[in-house]
Amino acid sequence: MSEPKATETNKPIPPSRDRQRQARRRFLRSVLLTGGVFGAALSGYLPIAYAQKKRLRPPGALDEKDFLASCIKCGQCVQVCPVQAIKLADLVDGFGVGTPYIDAREQACDFSCDAVQCILACPTGSLTYKKPDFLKVRPGAKLAEKPILLAKEKDPEPTLNMAERIGVARLTRPESCLAIKGKGYKGPARGADFKGRLRYMQVDRWKPIRVRDHAYDVELCDLCVQVCPVKGAISIETVFAPDGSKRKSPVVHEPCVGCGACEMICPTDLASIEVIPGEGWRA
Amino acid sequence: MSELLRRRFRDQIKVLFGNEPKKPAAIAPAAQEIHLYKKGNRDLIAEKLHARAHAVHTNKWRNRRWATLVLANLLFVVSFWLDIQVLEGALTASRFVGFHLIDLNSALQVMLAHKHIINNLLIGTGTVLVLWVIFGGRSFCSWVCPYHLVAEWAEKLHLHLAKKKLVTDQPMDRRLRTVFWLVFAVLALATGYTVFEAISPTGILSRALIYGPGLALLWVVALLVFEVFFSRRAWCRYACPIGLTYGVVGIVSPLRIKYTLEGCFHEGDCRKVCLVPHVLDTVIKGRAVEKEVPIGPDCTRCGLCVDTCPTGSLKFEVKGLSKLL
Repeated sequence: MSEPKATETNKPIPPSRDRQRQARRRFLRSVLLTGGVFGAALSGYLPIAYAQKKRLRPPGALDEKDFLASCIKCGQCVQVCPVQAIKLADLVDGFGVGTPYIDAREQACDFSCDAVQCILACPTGSLTYKKPDFLKVRPGAKLAEKPILLAKEKDPEPTLNMAERIGVARLTRPESCLAIKGKGYKGPARGADFKGRLRYMQVDRWKPIRVRDHAYDVELCDLCVQVCPVKGAISIETVFAPDGSKRKSPVVHEPCVGCGACEMICPTDLASIEVIPGEGWRA
Repeated sequence: MSELLRRRFRDQIKVLFGNEPKKPAAIAPAAQEIHLYKKGNRDLIAEKLHARAHAVHTNKWRNRRWATLVLANLLFVVSFWLDIQVLEGALTASRFVGFHLIDLNSALQVMLAHKHIINNLLIGTGTVLVLWVIFGGRSFCSWVCPYHLVAEWAEKLHLHLAKKKLVTDQPMDRRLRTVFWLVFAVLALATGYTVFEAISPTGILSRALIYGPGLALLWVVALLVFEVFFSRRAWCRYACPIGLTYGVVGIVSPLRIKYTLEGCFHEGDCRKVCLVPHVLDTVIKGRAVEKEVPIGPDCTRCGLCVDTCPTGSLKFEVKGLSKLL
């Protein structure tokens, strides 16, 4: 490459035509790449803005917007969960690539870890025992008292150190509820192929087992009450049906934290009781 | 450090942010002497041919680097799969036998989006900052980032196709990376969502390795295809804000590559293999300002140039260590 000779007037030499064209093309390509990357970046953002379906986040999760802001997407909560209830969202799920969620019907959180390990593992405070003061509390999210974990009831410290619920269980399909129909239930709750696990205190205090390995035999279905890990969160009560007749029905109470164990165990085809993510308690 | 090196150091920081390297305005007399000696020296050509003929090309540093990269990522994977709990989490944030480690760029995104910093986040970020100050800033890229490895393989394919004249590299403006960095920072701050994390191939790949593949990998594939057929190493060179973040860390890092002018034949083999050839501008004939010139902060310390150099003019160095010993 020969150096251009300095002209007598010592003016800077304008770049050659070729150079100019090259520079222009490079500029255009750069603009193109910028557009491409930002397009892709926004495609990652838009589904969240339009997310129709709310997802159940792990226990102690901040409100959705703050949760998305603070989650670093490392999956440490996934790693510590003894029943592997927590999964990471994918591109098409539309609520943040790599953010954790719980599909309660498949595998609910049953607090087998006793101490809410996912909260302890979270490095950014997306899952937290105590929200920073500047963040608002959703209406109805605040628990009246720290929930008592039935498994630890006799321990000196029997509570789950949670201040807010992640959702509330509701009887969304009362028409299919076996208890309301007055029916009992026999056999494993969710069939022989179901992979979900739960901790059964009467079987093993420390190790969750497959739900399919635990057969039920009840006169009146109360599986949701049986598996609920929190004291006083659900019970079978006598209620009056619209026609005035007395019925039995599961009734959710204020201590419900929204873990979804009832939704997971419900033996009807579509769960009669479901946890509504982010929902607050309404008396 | 001489005034000339100090000036070069400042220039190299500008190069990190996207400036094109400039011809030095002044060169130290000792270096100038060598430059002049080399100019038109016919003996040197014979020497060069001799060195060429006897050069032993090793892949020492590349192999070490690949082994480290694979091991680091494997440690994440087995920690989860075998539940040995050594390195829990993913590259964005993890815990090494209990100690928090948090990727600097991810931490920054979260801090900007969430506007609240808890202790663990601060501890983890601080630990990683110290770690990469010691180990050379962008060495994160070449020694740990899983995308770097697959991109390196894609680059090999690109070069193979380019040799057959099937593709041509389309270079872009390097200032783009700084723009990206700023825009992603502003986006995080304004939208309250870690927008960059949604498309970070580092995070996506790391999570895919540990927690299983997902559709997000399609974006990584798209990037690789772009790099193979259109622009060599485009993501790492022109886009990735993680690289810039660690590049800034590299400014103060004592671990770096050092260039020695004396034996260099200025053939530019190093610049051909380099991911960031603009940091090697000093090896161009007549450009070195001193007899020994440290390579700038944008260098990923990958060691490909060290492996390639037939004369041993490029070497790893820890600043101040040789003086100490």
